[in-house]
Amino acid sequence: MPIKWKDYQTQDFYDELIRPSGRARKSAQKLCHYLSKLSDEDLQERKTASDLSIKSMGITFTVYTEEEGSIDRAWPFDPVPRIIAKSEWDEIDKGLRQRVQALNHFINDLYHDQKIIKEGILPEELLKDSKNFRPQCIGVNPPYAVWAHICGSDLVRDKDGKMYVLEDNLRVPSGVSYMLENRHVMKRVFPEVFDDYNILPVNEYPLQLYETLASLSPRKIAEPQIVVLTPGIYNSAYFEHSYLAQQIGAELVEGIDMIVGEDDCVYMKTIEGLTRVDVIYRRIDDDFLDPEAFNPESVLGVPGLMRAWKKGKVALANAPGAGVADDKVIYAFVPKMIQYYLNEEAILPNVPTYVCFYKEDRDYVLENIDKLVIKPANESGGYGMLIGPQANKTEREKFKRLIRRDPRNYIAQPMLTLSTTPTLIGNNVEPRHLDLRPFILSGNKTFVTTGGLTRVALRKGSTVVNSSQGGGSKDTWIVDLEDK
Amino acid sequence: MLSRVAERIYWMARYLERAENTARLINVNSNLLLDLPKGVTPGWMPLIEIMGDKEVFHELYNDANERNIIRFLASEPKNSSSISMSLYLARENARTLRDIIPSECWEAINDLHDFVKQHLPNGLSRKNRFTFFQDIIGQIQKVTGILEGTMLRDSGYHFLRIGTYLERADMTSRILDVRSGNLLANDAGDLPPFEHIQWISVLSSLSAYHSFRQEIRGIIRSASVLHFLLRSELFPRSFAHCVNEVRNCLRDLPHSKKLQEIAGHLCESLESVELTEVKDQSLYLLIDQLQIELAQLHNAIAKDYFSIERKNVAAH
Repeated sequence: MPIKWKDYQTQDFYDELIRPSGRARKSAQKLCHYLSKLSDEDLQERKTASDLSIKSMGITFTVYTEEEGSIDRAWPFDPVPRIIAKSEWDEIDKGLRQRVQALNHFINDLYHDQKIIKEGILPEELLKDSKNFRPQCIGVNPPYAVWAHICGSDLVRDKDGKMYVLEDNLRVPSGVSYMLENRHVMKRVFPEVFDDYNILPVNEYPLQLYETLASLSPRKIAEPQIVVLTPGIYNSAYFEHSYLAQQIGAELVEGIDMIVGEDDCVYMKTIEGLTRVDVIYRRIDDDFLDPEAFNPESVLGVPGLMRAWKKGKVALANAPGAGVADDKVIYAFVPKMIQYYLNEEAILPNVPTYVCFYKEDRDYVLENIDKLVIKPANESGGYGMLIGPQANKTEREKFKRLIRRDPRNYIAQPMLTLSTTPTLIGNNVEPRHLDLRPFILSGNKTFVTTGGLTRVALRKGSTVVNSSQGGGSKDTWIVDLEDK
Repeated sequence: MLSRVAERIYWMARYLERAENTARLINVNSNLLLDLPKGVTPGWMPLIEIMGDKEVFHELYNDANERNIIRFLASEPKNSSSISMSLYLARENARTLRDIIPSECWEAINDLHDFVKQHLPNGLSRKNRFTFFQDIIGQIQKVTGILEGTMLRDSGYHFLRIGTYLERADMTSRILDVRSGNLLANDAGDLPPFEHIQWISVLSSLSAYHSFRQEIRGIIRSASVLHFLLRSELFPRSFAHCVNEVRNCLRDLPHSKKLQEIAGHLCESLESVELTEVKDQSLYLLIDQLQIELAQLHNAIAKDYFSIERKNVAAH
């Protein structure tokens, strides 16, 4: 039996491809028509082909288990693409550029004059208690005053059909390699659908990443030495580190491969001897970058790296200290930052956020905890969260105590109803929740990925899109409907 | 190329070669023991001597019987040269080289590691072990075949070959060292019994019997075997051939003049002894010398390419 679109349920949620009436949205019509013509065998054949090409292309993420040590798993891929019309995407693109521009102004301000605090827009106490504010970075001047060169912002669509920014990842955001590989897989497995659509390409990213990183080089030479710094093979994103290094023609290095010379330049150890490094795309956290400046126990970093960076002998992307704007309390202030630094209104809205630091917000949160999602300021990946409507009384009371004890460290947001999209389950499609992570590159120019990585929660009803917890991914199509 | 990457390629190659050689050694010895009468048989201990692990072995096992020795060589986790440990280490090195080596190669190494893990419990019994070790050899040859057929001929490839050939030269000299001792004429000129069969076994341990027969006809004499295994330019497991290959690879690597000289000296030492009337004592001395120089070559390569330190900053 081919796909039964009639049985597809979109009630209660906004669906990316299907209208509440059960008919396909304009951008999805050709796709739905195409899919409904496929027999069960056709569908399964395509599904198997896509699984196989993922395996043979070696697209994996690493999971560490006690029994097996570190193993690579193929990341589940759903062959039904997620489609966004170009007209909508153009607005999102603008909104992301605006947002990242403001965030970079903000970070630079915090490490210099702190005008935003002096002018009373951000309370000083919030900065003082920020875990990711690095006093070591005060007064440093990275090129173009850009600190967050690679940003991954998570977007979700609520019931009202509007896109909201859920969070900004300014430390070491990952996932872009899956975005690139998903398109490869789709082109291999469903080449004929590409004939019907004007789908914008995604594969300019590696070139743009190279251009961004190269623009940061302290030596103005034709081919600056760029490296990708990985914590090593046991990191869950190791596949991505090695993939990106290969794509941009950079050396994939670990901390032990580099030293800082007496001239404060960074060198990597090669069979030719020591070779100077200009730009480090680092995929390890601030804490581990340099045992002399941060965590002295770190064996992943390079002693003296901060010294080299401060003296402008090497570029670090992202710059140390950029994570200060990752803080979920700081997130709540982004619309104000956009106003303050750019004198513009935010194009992309934040999810409404209650900052428990403020008494008024805190009282509301304590009163309405059963309706809200509570998040700690500096955790990522869904750790330490409370989902009010699903929690029991003991858990709620525990979080109330936590909030009272350390109000600065908590924010609250209303429960969003994430949008859904048709996902292949067996031989039929069912709605599954999803989000979107576009990547924004900032150097001498700004680039935004065409779409981004769509992550989908494969378990029925689940909103957890994380790869380690039953999430998968889809190809994301930005389609130009006017051209064809 | 990063020093760490070069070093890992080198060790991956060495461990793969070591595992293959050990597997072959066990099979050839099993075969030899079936042919020899009880009183004459050298038993299994020479294999432990070849691997140079006598002390470790005696620490772990009381009884030097066949079962213990095979276990020690095939699966002992405390013996870093055992087949399963060599393959584990080859895999750990390969894991970090996934952007350098072709993905089929990584998959083949991974499959091999799983194969050994899965079949070890039954693979060591007398009934199964020939096929088990034969399969291991075949799968390692598949890995080396993939590498040979697909790897970019850059520095990485040279380090791969240097690792393979150094390990191979080492094994050839070890086998000759231990095996030829009781096969050479004593000072009175008496030949040991079953000399013929035993020399064939030495050749087989190095996959050399077939090639040897193509090159040299007639009765198998110790001098011709030694000459073939030490000095043949054509046989890919002879000591001379291995050292020559290492030398060729070094030529294509940066700043290798000194290393080429060390390899060159090794070739000269190899030619320094007349092999026609070799007595056990002179052979031992020669092999000792070759082993010392082989170790020096390894140390010099490691120092120049793998452990780059701050002092080199000025030079480049």
